[in-house]
Amino acid sequence: MAQDGKPQVAFYWCASCGGCEEAVVDLAEDILGVVELVDIAFWPVALDVKRSDVERWPDGSIAAVFINGAIRTSEQEEMAHLLRRKAQLLIAFGACAQLGGIPALANLWERAAIFRTVYEEVPSVANAEATYPQARTASDGDLLTLPAFWDTVRALDQVVEVDYYLPGCPPTPKMIKDAVGAILSGTLPPRGSVLAPDVALCEQCPLKETKPEQLLLREFKRPHEILIDPKICLLAQGIVCLGPATRGGCEALCPKAHMPCTGCFGPTSRVMDVGAKMTSALASMVDATDPQAAEAILATIPDPVGTFYRYSLAASRLRRRVLARSEAAKTQAASA
Amino acid sequence: MNATANGQAGPGWEPTIVAFFCNWCTYTAADLAGTSRLKYPPNVRVIRVMCSGRVDPQFVVEAFARGADGVLIGGCHPGDCHYMEGNYKTLRRVALLRRLLGEMGIEDDRLRLEWISASEGEKVARVISEMVAALRTLGALALPAQHARWDAELRSHAVSAAAPAAAGGER
Repeated sequence: MAQDGKPQVAFYWCASCGGCEEAVVDLAEDILGVVELVDIAFWPVALDVKRSDVERWPDGSIAAVFINGAIRTSEQEEMAHLLRRKAQLLIAFGACAQLGGIPALANLWERAAIFRTVYEEVPSVANAEATYPQARTASDGDLLTLPAFWDTVRALDQVVEVDYYLPGCPPTPKMIKDAVGAILSGTLPPRGSVLAPDVALCEQCPLKETKPEQLLLREFKRPHEILIDPKICLLAQGIVCLGPATRGGCEALCPKAHMPCTGCFGPTSRVMDVGAKMTSALASMVDATDPQAAEAILATIPDPVGTFYRYSLAASRLRRRVLARSEAAKTQAASA
Repeated sequence: MNATANGQAGPGWEPTIVAFFCNWCTYTAADLAGTSRLKYPPNVRVIRVMCSGRVDPQFVVEAFARGADGVLIGGCHPGDCHYMEGNYKTLRRVALLRRLLGEMGIEDDRLRLEWISASEGEKVARVISEMVAALRTLGALALPAQHARWDAELRSHAVSAAAPAAAGGER
C-alpha cells in the first residue's frame, strides 16, 4: 500500500464478463490523470496484490472501492464484505453490481438445473461419471475447497450496503471520470444516488422528435427482422426499445447506432420494477381491443422476461423464478 | 398470513387477495353486494382506483412481492369504461403481464381480470368465492417467506430483501 498521502482506490470484479475492467482501461491516457490523483491499491485484473494484503489494511483505509459484477458465489460474498469494511465509499460499478445484470438471468433456473446443463447435458461435455464441482472434496488426506455456488444471483446491495451506483454495461469512460472527480472534490450527490441523470433515455435520444404522441402498433419486430430507418424512433418502427423505462446518461449510444435500448442503465427513480413498467408501456401501444387480437400482437414479443429484465432480474421485485411446489420438491430432493 | 414458502400452508392459512376495483363499476358492484347482504369469503382486500386502467402492472408485482396470494382486477365491461378506453389498456397489460408472471413461476390463476358492472353485485361475490377456492388449491405464494428462504444460503446476513436502493437508487 503506497504511503505518499494520495487517496487509495480499489477495483474488484465478481460475476461479470470483464467488460467493466475494460471500461477502466478505456479511460486510455486519462487514466494517467487519475493515477496522479489517487493510488490504485488493489485491482486483481492488473496488479498483484493479494487478498491477505487487503485483510491487513486498516478498516476504512480505502477512499473508494469500485466493485463490478453480481454476487453468485460464497467467495464473491466474502470479498464484498471484506471490501465494504475497508472502504469509505463502496460503489456498485456497472449493471451487474447495480442490478444483477446478465448473470442474474440465471435466476430463472436453480443451481441443480444449471449444473446439470453445464456439466452433463451440453453436447460438447464428456462427463460420464457426472462429476460436479464440490465446495469441499477430500483427496489423499487433504481437503480441497472451492467457493460455493449460490442458487440465487444477487445485486451487490442485496449483500452489502452500497453508497453509490455507476450504471451501464459498462459505465462510459466519461461517467467514470466524472465519478472519480466528484469523489475527489467532495461534490457527490446524496448517498444512495445513481451517478447518472434521473431522466428517461427517451429524453436524451436524438430520435425523440420522431416519437409520435400516441403510438399504436400491430406488430413488434426484432432488430434482425427489418431494415431499421436510422432517422425514426425505434418504438415507432415496432422495435422493442427500453428507452421509456431506462435511465439516460449513456449518450444514447445504442439508438445512435440504430439499435434499441436494452436497459443496461437500469430504471429511473420513478420506476419500481423495470419489467412491469415495460409491460405497461408496450401493452399500451398495442392496437387491439379484443383479447385474441391483443394476444396475437403481444406474441410478437417472444421473451418478455429476458427482454425487459435483461439486466435487472436480481433487483426486480420478484427477484427470481418461483418454483411451483412440485418443482421445488424435485430440486430439494436432487440437492439433498 | 401464516404461510411458509412453496405453498406449504401452515395451520390456519388463509389466502389473501388484493383486489383493484374501478370506482365506476366494480367498486359500486362490491358496494351493492354489501348492501344486498351477499356472502363471500373475507379474504379480499379491496383497493378502489378510479379506473382499472390506473392499475399499473407494477402494483400487481408489488402486491405479490409483499405477500398477496392472488390479485384481482375489476373493471367496467368493454365499451362501458367511464374514461372510454382505460379497460382496453388493462386488458392488454394483463395479457402481457400474465406471460411475464408465468415465466417467473407465478401461476395463471393468481391473477384474474373481470369485467363487473355496477349492477352485478352477485358476480363480485361469485368471482371472489371462485378465486379463493382456486388459491386454496394452489396454496400460498408467500413471496416474503420465499425471499427469506432464498437468502438463507448467504453466509452473512443479507441486507434487507426490500432494500429500497436496489433498483432505482434515490427514492
